[in-house]
Amino acid sequence: MCLAIPMKVTSVQGDPDDFTTTQVATVDADGIGREIRLDIVDHWPKVGDYVIIHAGFAIHSLVEEEALKNIALLKELSENMPEELLS
Amino acid sequence: MKHLDEYRDISLAKPLVEELKNAVTKPLRVMEVCGSHTMAIFRNGLRTILPEGMELVSGPGCPVCVTSASHMDAFIAMADMENVRVTIFGDLFRVPGTHNSLAIASSQGAKVDIVYSPMDALEIAKKHPDELIVFLGVGFETTTPGIAATILAAKTQNVPNFVVFSTQKTMPPPMEALLSDPDLKIDGLLCPGHVSSIIGAGAWTPLAEKYNLACVVGGFETVDLLKSLILLARQVGNNDIKVENSYPRAVAWESNKRAENMVARIFEPADMDWRGLGRIPNSGLRIRKEFSDFDAEVRFDIVLPEAEEPKGCLCGNILKGMNSPMECPLFDTRCTPANPIGPCMVSSEGTCAAYHKYGRDL
Ligand code: SF4
Repeated sequence: MCLAIPMKVTSVQGDPDDFTTTQVATVDADGIGREIRLDIVDHWPKVGDYVIIHAGFAIHSLVEEEALKNIALLKELSENMPEELLS
Repeated sequence: MKHLDEYRDISLAKPLVEELKNAVTKPLRVMEVCGSHTMAIFRNGLRTILPEGMELVSGPGCPVCVTSASHMDAFIAMADMENVRVTIFGDLFRVPGTHNSLAIASSQGAKVDIVYSPMDALEIAKKHPDELIVFLGVGFETTTPGIAATILAAKTQNVPNFVVFSTQKTMPPPMEALLSDPDLKIDGLLCPGHVSSIIGAGAWTPLAEKYNLACVVGGFETVDLLKSLILLARQVGNNDIKVENSYPRAVAWESNKRAENMVARIFEPADMDWRGLGRIPNSGLRIRKEFSDFDAEVRFDIVLPEAEEPKGCLCGNILKGMNSPMECPLFDTRCTPANPIGPCMVSSEGTCAAYHKYGRDL
């Protein structure tokens, strides 16, 4: 049930503080734009940020550097096992 | 999508497998709380490489598996009503109630739609103004905020024929109930990733302190899982017990305030029935009075019937990590995914289903 793929935001709509506006973003899923809700995302994303999605809702957003750093960190971790990253 | 492969590639993970072996210096029993973790651990074959001394048991984190039979009966009774359409996440479709399932009811004419998001259910309600659309809320912290947002949207958009039946549950109370059981000797928790992205990794601190329990919040890919297990083994080995977050790309230390505020606006804590675990105080969420127009229990005036657990099914103990599916005499004999007796076999995230799919020797 839990998908952990960070998806890149390509457009953002709505006012984060006004729930009467439609709070949605478009994300790029393998070249296909998909609409997701932003009502409950922890930090309001901007175009170019990444979001983690659950059941049609973005729940967590991260800026691109952070997303790529996480991915690189895990990769490095599995290749080189730097001690300080695990301790 | 391309990033995902990097997390899954087991060849990248070889050094981590080695490291896990080195990290296990004391025997430890770890509970993976989340059903998605259970499935990921099987799918990646991690059970086959577990070092000696490390034991993994599954916990109560499959939402379908812990849905009580009396709730299932109430769901099915609603689906059977005229001009009612129930909308569900797909996992719930085949779960047995006392005599029936939504799948059987649907084959006999009940209207049951599978949706991906509660917002889809709201869209269905707008398209069918002559029907009452019920969304069956079955899930934990991760799904509750989205359901709350959908109820709020139903109110602001004035959709009167949309209601939610909430059996939404919260994770820490049953964990507390389990951990206070002296028979269940757990040294560490692999804490659920996406529940934690709502409640924050820090939410596990009270449990870690009270029960001297190693806690690591982990993701779902091979590398994520191995890293989490290494951290757990190290904590136990070094007797340095704390909460660690090994899933920072989805989980922060603090809770998700927007989600929490949304939940608090629509829901309030309530006692909740858990299959196999019984009624646990304040472990569930009910819809606040202000939003009772959207509360199926109020609209239908539902009184939950007494339900019997299926005879011989060990799900209750399996959800507590006390029995393994192989100890159930019905496993793979009378109880199979095609013909499930208990919810642990129905849900794709259930422990019995995982053992059936990935082999009984594990
Ligand atoms: S094998 Fe079937 S009957 Fe046995 S515990 Fe699992 S779900 Fe219940």
